[in-house]
Amino acid sequence: MFFWIIKRDLLLAIRRQSDVLTTLFFFVIVVSLFPLSVGPEMNLLRTMAPGVVWVAALLASMLSLGRMFANDYSDGTLEQMLVSPQSLSLLVLGKATAHWLVTGVPLVLMGPVLGIQYDLPTDALFVLTVALLLGTPVLSLIGAIGAALTLGLRGGGVLVSLLVLPLYIPVLIFGAGAVEANMSGIAFDAHLSLIGAFLLASIVFAPWAAAASLRVSLE
Amino acid sequence: MLQGVNLACVRGDRELFRDVSFSVAAGGLLQVRGPNGSGKTSLLRMLCGLSNPAAGEILWNGISVRSRDGGYYADLTYIGHSSGTKDDLTALENLQISSALAGFEITAAQAVEALRRMGLKGREMLPVKVLSQGQRRRVVLARLLVCKTALWILDEPLVALDVSAVDLMRNLLEQHLQQGGMVVMTTHQEIEIAAAAISQLQLS
Repeated sequence: MFFWIIKRDLLLAIRRQSDVLTTLFFFVIVVSLFPLSVGPEMNLLRTMAPGVVWVAALLASMLSLGRMFANDYSDGTLEQMLVSPQSLSLLVLGKATAHWLVTGVPLVLMGPVLGIQYDLPTDALFVLTVALLLGTPVLSLIGAIGAALTLGLRGGGVLVSLLVLPLYIPVLIFGAGAVEANMSGIAFDAHLSLIGAFLLASIVFAPWAAAASLRVSLE
Repeated sequence: MLQGVNLACVRGDRELFRDVSFSVAAGGLLQVRGPNGSGKTSLLRMLCGLSNPAAGEILWNGISVRSRDGGYYADLTYIGHSSGTKDDLTALENLQISSALAGFEITAAQAVEALRRMGLKGREMLPVKVLSQGQRRRVVLARLLVCKTALWILDEPLVALDVSAVDLMRNLLEQHLQQGGMVVMTTHQEIEIAAAAISQLQLS
């Protein structure tokens, strides 16, 4: 069941590739704007890099949140999910996983490539990739709650950013913190462990909260 | 057996209906009638647990459907106004996925067979967006052939269907009722369905 939802959302993403590419290009462009505007000051760029990459990843991931449930809502598939004998939380987890595969994984793969623009050392690039790998699923999971709460509302797009961005802050702090710690030569594993903890907590709580919000939104 | 006890529906500050009671036993058909805006769809959504009644209780085999543990949703197929199909997926994919969602995993061969019975031979691999309104409706209704559930809740199932498809639907409904299934439906079209127990529910 869980896999059917993932399979369906991936099929849809393949049929409509523009949605996937928009997120990725947004990420690439935002991250690339900074070296162009700040100038080729290597030390400055290196200090900025983790923060810029992470902020861009948050915004890029948020960009596609509106579509997470909106299409299913308008064509009635979401109603079918609610009357399904399967657990709605599991379906939401499936949808969040698909969202991550479609929007998060490209960011994880692109992150280190963009890091080169900022002259990040190789091991910092590695830490950045691991931090993104652990952190981007959290963005999709927390985003699912926001998307479910604002479903069917006018101006939901703005509202979802106001709801979700504050919740992204811990991931941002520790995600960027891990890379900074590595560059200043101190241990970074505590940062990564904390992101891992956020990931586990959001796998448990986010689908449940999003499922409850969906029931309210559809009433 | 599906029972509604003293149901009331309030939308905003308008009361659509109150004290609506009915029961549908095995082999029974309940036709919900009423003018536009009388709350037919609201009642059906309520029966599916998509919204909560303002008052009253819906019971499936004596257990409230709100508790979600009477096995109600495994016995239910709901087909509403909105199609529940994805425009970018083919008819075949749509049918397979929507029935998997309802708890019935079917093979491609079974899905093709069901679509052919619905008169969609040769259209199985076309994306639903290129199909006509009536053909899309047939894709949706094909789910009734593959999901062996006891209770069908159908909101205007005959909309956009041509004469032969309406005939097909009538046969399907009669067969389902003969096998002890239950149907709750709304329709504005006149359709003669032979069933052991037909009841009408008039909403004003």
